[in-house]
Amino acid sequence: MRTLKRLVARIWNFSTGRRGDARLREEIEAHIAMQAEDNLRAGMPPAEARRQSVLKLGAVEAIRERYVAEEGLPLLEHLLHDVRYALRQLRKSPGFTTTAVLTLALGIGANAVVFSVLNALVLRPLNVYLPGRLFAVEHKEHASYMQSYPDYIDYRDNNRTFSGMAAYDTADVAVVIGTSAVKSYGYLASGNYFDMLGVRPAVGRFFHASDEHGMNSAPFIVLSYDFWRSRFNGNPNVIGTTVSLNTHLFTVIGVAPRDFHGTELFFWPEYWIPLIDAAEIGYSPHFLANRSTHNLWILGRLKPSVTSQEASDDLNAISRHLAQLYPREDDDLDARLVRPGLMGDVWGDPIRAFLAAIMVMSALVLLAACANLGSIFAVRAADRTRELAVRLAIGASRGRILHALLTEAVLVSVAGGITGTLFATILLQLLSQWQPFADYPIHVLALPDRRVYVLALLLSVSSGLFFGLLPARQIWQTDAAQAMKSGGTSAGPLLRQFSMRDVLLAVQIALCTLLITGSFVAFRGMEGSLHTPLGFSPLGVTIAETQLNMGGYTEAQSWPVQKRMAEEAARIPGVSSAGLIDRVMLDNDCCGSESVYRQGTTDFRASQESFDAHNFSVSPGYFAASGTRLLAGRDISWQDKANSPEVAVVNATFAHLLFGNSPAVGQRFELFGGHLKEIVGVVEDGKYETLTEAPQPTMFFPLVQEMNSNDTALVVRSALPSVDVAAALNRMIDGIDPNIPLTVRTWPDVLDLALFPARAATGALAIMGLLAAMLAVTGIFGMAAYSVNQRMKELGIRIALGARKVQLMNAAIGRPILLLCAGCALGLVAGIFATGLLRQIVYQANPGDPAVLVGAVFTMALLGFAASAIPARRALSIDPSSLMREE
Amino acid sequence: VPNSMKPKKDVQPGTLALMVLKTLDVLGPLHGYGIARRIEQISGDRLFVNQGTLYPVLLRLEQEGAVESDWGPSENNRRARFYRLTRAGHKLLETEKQDWEQTAAIIARFFEVKAEDLA
Repeated sequence: MRTLKRLVARIWNFSTGRRGDARLREEIEAHIAMQAEDNLRAGMPPAEARRQSVLKLGAVEAIRERYVAEEGLPLLEHLLHDVRYALRQLRKSPGFTTTAVLTLALGIGANAVVFSVLNALVLRPLNVYLPGRLFAVEHKEHASYMQSYPDYIDYRDNNRTFSGMAAYDTADVAVVIGTSAVKSYGYLASGNYFDMLGVRPAVGRFFHASDEHGMNSAPFIVLSYDFWRSRFNGNPNVIGTTVSLNTHLFTVIGVAPRDFHGTELFFWPEYWIPLIDAAEIGYSPHFLANRSTHNLWILGRLKPSVTSQEASDDLNAISRHLAQLYPREDDDLDARLVRPGLMGDVWGDPIRAFLAAIMVMSALVLLAACANLGSIFAVRAADRTRELAVRLAIGASRGRILHALLTEAVLVSVAGGITGTLFATILLQLLSQWQPFADYPIHVLALPDRRVYVLALLLSVSSGLFFGLLPARQIWQTDAAQAMKSGGTSAGPLLRQFSMRDVLLAVQIALCTLLITGSFVAFRGMEGSLHTPLGFSPLGVTIAETQLNMGGYTEAQSWPVQKRMAEEAARIPGVSSAGLIDRVMLDNDCCGSESVYRQGTTDFRASQESFDAHNFSVSPGYFAASGTRLLAGRDISWQDKANSPEVAVVNATFAHLLFGNSPAVGQRFELFGGHLKEIVGVVEDGKYETLTEAPQPTMFFPLVQEMNSNDTALVVRSALPSVDVAAALNRMIDGIDPNIPLTVRTWPDVLDLALFPARAATGALAIMGLLAAMLAVTGIFGMAAYSVNQRMKELGIRIALGARKVQLMNAAIGRPILLLCAGCALGLVAGIFATGLLRQIVYQANPGDPAVLVGAVFTMALLGFAASAIPARRALSIDPSSLMREE
Repeated sequence: VPNSMKPKKDVQPGTLALMVLKTLDVLGPLHGYGIARRIEQISGDRLFVNQGTLYPVLLRLEQEGAVESDWGPSENNRRARFYRLTRAGHKLLETEKQDWEQTAAIIARFFEVKAEDLA
């Protein structure tokens, strides 16, 4: 209580600036006078009485000092004093201050941005009740996350370790609002989805497990908040009305809360519909009934006090039981729990690895920035040796001086941190509003939160302390007398100071080289991705996607329409070829796969399969339109009819896997259940799902014999501009049936999505490289400029004595250049050792690539040249006579 | 031997405040000089106090609420600042006094102890 009272009084005095100085003076005056009177009375002569009185009181200044210290907050006062001093110092050299603040702003801003994204995608859990207890149920095999509905039901009903387990899938349907059909993306979710997550509706209600009474029994739709606002103007009366989804009517029952964006971080649904209504929006009836159809994602909530290990043991026990019950479908079923939100570990693992690597790189950028500032501060401290010596001589403690210099450093770094965080916030706001693909609900919500701000502050202060302390030793060793005598440019200590700065610069250059090497590696990888043989040539191809189910066609009715589309498209003037395929290669929802068995197999358990192959259904003319080369045999033809022998065209990898080097044409293989297929042709390998995948076995069936879905894409090759082709295709489809929804894109546009991860990674690395390059330039420039500045006199003498230009250059900027080379070599070696790290980020990362090495060395040389050009010119233009006169 | 020739003791840290409180307790409101003189007097001039050090202590006690101060006329009509013990000051003095006595008693027992006592 007493301490508190005192503190309050002190803070009050401190903040009001109230000082009892006048009061103390008066009291002391009175004190001395009274003592002197007493002394007089005791018989002293007047002058002696007063003198004795003053002596007895003690040193007035010391008392005042203690009084003032008692009165306010001395630590804070010192700090304020230091801050004022530092601000004065910084204002004296605005160029230095701006450079330092910007350098740090870059370093801290980069870290804030990267950490925000990391925070949003990895650290921050899903926005639901107790998200830490939620797990996605995957298979043990990496990236195998799809589950079948019957398996889901068995897991859900037989486990003892989950308090709830929901299933969901993404879906796209044509939602009719007013008179226009809009392709919208949402989730198909099991009835218990919202209850298990613990989300409350913003308007209306959600659907529940109790709404499910068999297939197609719950034609309800829950809207996302954004979708409700944008499409229904946020009208609450929309509850209870019906909307048409793929021509079936669904009742709007509720709106999800604004901050709930589903359970996949990247895929924000616009609506949720009950999973059991999948057939209503055009899914095959087998979608839910078939145990071997894997299309769902399972999300489970652990019971309290159950560990994830116990839960996965539990699920695996159920899996083994299911494998016994259903040896054909669930032969090798197993379960593994992973963190939800990023399509299990399909995206989760690469994203986590990528972000971790980028985080390391941004930390390196900051470290390089600190090394940079550390050397600049060391230089400043050296320049101020004389001033510091004077301050030491008049009684400042080394601690106080260090304190003042640290204050300056922290002030700079906090200013840099604030600037950097501001930049980062703006950037992140843009990123969060950014929708990389206009028709696809991908969002990256990475707004900075408290954690980011705390990190930025911590980084600012600690980097300030870090680079502020670097020159500390120098101050500690300053000998006031020596420094004042020699005017701060004595040769002895300078040599020592240089060595630390040398190391700092070399470290900085090495870090920058490492980052620049990383950028080059990424660029090469990107270039590699772009030039990988795709197995088709997308240039000049327009893709028209129709979803016949959205137009109300059944599977049986689809084929004649599809055939007509292909035939009419091929007749459009300027179109060289046209064909149909059920799934567009390298599009986001490509591909499906099926088990392949050797001919004669009767046991179709998964362990008996030869391999899994991608399956596509194509019409005649597809290979020509896509530009896929036929290696052997024939194309699929119109003669392959529904009732003629079942044929397939396979790719080279497929042929090689099943038949080795013997010719595959004429051979047969089996699909699940004994479907016999005869190979009539072999085509070149291609990239199907991602650009980075290894060659995948793939088979193509005639559309008329094998319908995977009634979504088809019309692939049209033409030399005409794609706009004209699109217009012609639109007219053509209108002529066939105006109700068929049509999306026309060019194939290169489709590829943008496939290239997105590589592009994003390259962009991120390029930015890091650019930051590193800027830091390298400022570092070398600072060092070279300082070196020339310090040695002006010496250089002048050299010129006067007739030194040649080369010798002069060597003396002036030899050391920075030497350091540049050393740092460069160090960075390149580090880059080669960091290959593993880079591999996680970019496809085909190979820092040993000569192009990368040459590129990095060339860039560093260019940067070094640019940075030392100005100091070098200054050194060359020294006029010895005027210089000598000055001294 | 005159008093001034006796070796003087420095004030132990923290005890000056206690002396100030006790002096004010016994003699009522006093100005700084008065307190200094009384402390000298009570200690029998055996204590060496740099009289000026009293003022930071007084300020501190005032900030803690143990004393109050106000301007008033001194004995010979000089303006002086008078310090007065508050109720909180009385309480503080009481607890400090007990603390001190306790400490002194403990130390005294250590001085009196003989080897036989600990057998």
